[in-house]
Amino acid sequence: MTDKLLDIAGLCAGTEDATILHDIDLTLAPGTTHVLMGPNGAGKSTLGHVIMGDPTYRTSAGTISFDGADVTADTADKRSLAGIFLSYQAPVEVPGVPLYSFLRTIAGKRPELKMTSRQFRARVGELAQQLDMDSSYLTRELNVGFSGGEKKKVEMLQLLLLQPKLAILDETDSGLDVDALAVVSRGIEAYRASCDGTLLVITHNTRILERLDVDRTHVMVKGRLVAEGGADLIPKIDREGFEQFEQTGDGDR
Amino acid sequence: MSASNVSDVDRSLYDFVKPEEGYERFADGLTPDIVRAISSKKDEPDWMLELRLKSLDIYQDLRMPSNWGPSIEGLDMDHISTYVTSKAKQAKNWDEVPTEIKDTFEKLGIPEAERTSLAGVGAQYDSELVYHNMREEVAEQGVVYSGIEEALHGPYEDMIREHFMSLVPPTDHKFAALHGAVWSGGSFVYVPEGVHLDFPLQSYFRLNAAGAGQFEHTLIIVEPGADLHFIEGCSAPKYNVANLHAGCVELFVGKGARLRYSTIENWSKNMYNLNTKRARVAEDGVMEWVSGSFGSHVSYLYPTTILAGARSSCEFTGITFAGATQNLDTGCKVVLAAPDTKASVSTKSLSKSGGVSTFRSSVMVTRNAERARASVSCQSLMLDDQSRSDTIPAMDVRCKSASVGHEATIGRISDDTILYLMSRGATEQEARTMVVNGFANPISKELPLEYAVEMNNLIKLEMEGAIG
Repeated sequence: MTDKLLDIAGLCAGTEDATILHDIDLTLAPGTTHVLMGPNGAGKSTLGHVIMGDPTYRTSAGTISFDGADVTADTADKRSLAGIFLSYQAPVEVPGVPLYSFLRTIAGKRPELKMTSRQFRARVGELAQQLDMDSSYLTRELNVGFSGGEKKKVEMLQLLLLQPKLAILDETDSGLDVDALAVVSRGIEAYRASCDGTLLVITHNTRILERLDVDRTHVMVKGRLVAEGGADLIPKIDREGFEQFEQTGDGDR
Repeated sequence: MSASNVSDVDRSLYDFVKPEEGYERFADGLTPDIVRAISSKKDEPDWMLELRLKSLDIYQDLRMPSNWGPSIEGLDMDHISTYVTSKAKQAKNWDEVPTEIKDTFEKLGIPEAERTSLAGVGAQYDSELVYHNMREEVAEQGVVYSGIEEALHGPYEDMIREHFMSLVPPTDHKFAALHGAVWSGGSFVYVPEGVHLDFPLQSYFRLNAAGAGQFEHTLIIVEPGADLHFIEGCSAPKYNVANLHAGCVELFVGKGARLRYSTIENWSKNMYNLNTKRARVAEDGVMEWVSGSFGSHVSYLYPTTILAGARSSCEFTGITFAGATQNLDTGCKVVLAAPDTKASVSTKSLSKSGGVSTFRSSVMVTRNAERARASVSCQSLMLDDQSRSDTIPAMDVRCKSASVGHEATIGRISDDTILYLMSRGATEQEARTMVVNGFANPISKELPLEYAVEMNNLIKLEMEGAIG
């Protein structure tokens, strides 16, 4: 076991036209909770997508190592099976694919989650209950016609089912009402408790963090990581905003 | 994501060829002598021979369609044998069917389905039926399910004479005329008034001979208040020469009766599938079509429903999947010809690896069809940049109180969707297959279970090797 679950070194990435992320160094130890904050458009979500392996972005320099292996060239499915999970800001709708059979398929890709049909049914039922999801959701088409809050619950359901080593939550709190936010927070706690997973929470809103024990806080401005601190950085950002970091963040975009 | 890497479909399930030794095969091409020979072989009544010869005249007078749909230039009628048959007699027991033919149908799962979920089965091999059987309790209710030839020699001759090629006359188009001249095999179904069949009847058509045509005729009469589900399946191995399928289906749905007609067509990719299907529905009758088109090189297929009686209705649910080398022109026609009639059309089309899929629909509302309602919906999905999808809806509405709606969407699989599924562990191919299966799901739900499974397998086969 390494003390670096995720190790990003000198990473530069972007689209064909523009570099978005500049010289990123980021290390996450197993079982820790990290927060990535920054103003809108800073590149936080891009970093989440690049870690997941979104082919929209090209890595022009640097490496991403996960669990001791270099995954920089791996496709998203390989990274997923290695234990990286990204909860999307806007999960897509997939017509005609029932949620339940989708869950069965993605769990079936993981030998460590081998279950009989009966065990699987019980497990999914239990998780749905934990997330205040009506079991009728399971027979509906994946995310089709789901509200923002329902989609996030489906993300949490997958997180708890797959128990990845690293969960990146991209603006999971955006657009949620108080009740949905509480359910999502419960989901995150359950994830931390059940498998001692590592969390990277991307947000520009500190509310979701109130119920989390944050180990490290990272601040991104204009595609660069410009500040890092403990949990105490969060209330400071809450009071003073990101302006304090912006001078340090002007780069050669 | 990059373009598709095209590979041919694995059709090993359908692609086996059985030897033709000991078979009777008529000379290629079309002459009055060949038509007379087919008729005399079947020992037909004179009126049928006359219909055949009249059809042949019409065939020779009509031109090949040249301003319609995909090209059929590769079809050389002088090199199509219109009649090929094994020496086997039609059997009522699979053990009496010659081994190589029985083996074919075993591979296709027909006897198995018959044992578990069907009320009766007909199996045609090349030009003739090799098997026909129905459960006794169904026969006891007066249901007739047999070959047309057989029925022509019994008490239903007059009924057949009245209906045969009355909905699809030989003058309809060149291939209807051809069908009238050389038709062979197919099924006759008669469901008496008020009889409901709990299980479907199924006919399976297999064309084994290279360079041959299959011209089966299906005639179904569902009397008032009766209810039938009829399933039709078809397949053929692939050859380098063109094969032709010009079948004809005529359906008569009585007052308050219901008929569901399901088809999974999986001809090989050297087949010209120029099939004509038509239904006439009386008052309060219901016609339901479920149609899956996967095979053939070129298809012209537009099942037609004539809603002749007040309050009659029809539903058409269809899917077409055009892969490499395929040009499939499919759709449906509805004529709403009475007050308060209702039609609903819902289709999906997929194209991949340069395949062309065209959805063609025609809705006609006659002057007297007060308050008629029709809705047409067509969704197309193109799986790569080389493929093509077109939608050609036609509407002819002559009644003010009628309401007709049409909606069509054409799209591609979004990169976001593929990323989402891949980031949960699915490979790119699995992700694409999942999306395509999901797209087809509303149609496969309408199919009998074993056909839904077959359809999903076909989709999987089509998608394999399609790493984008």
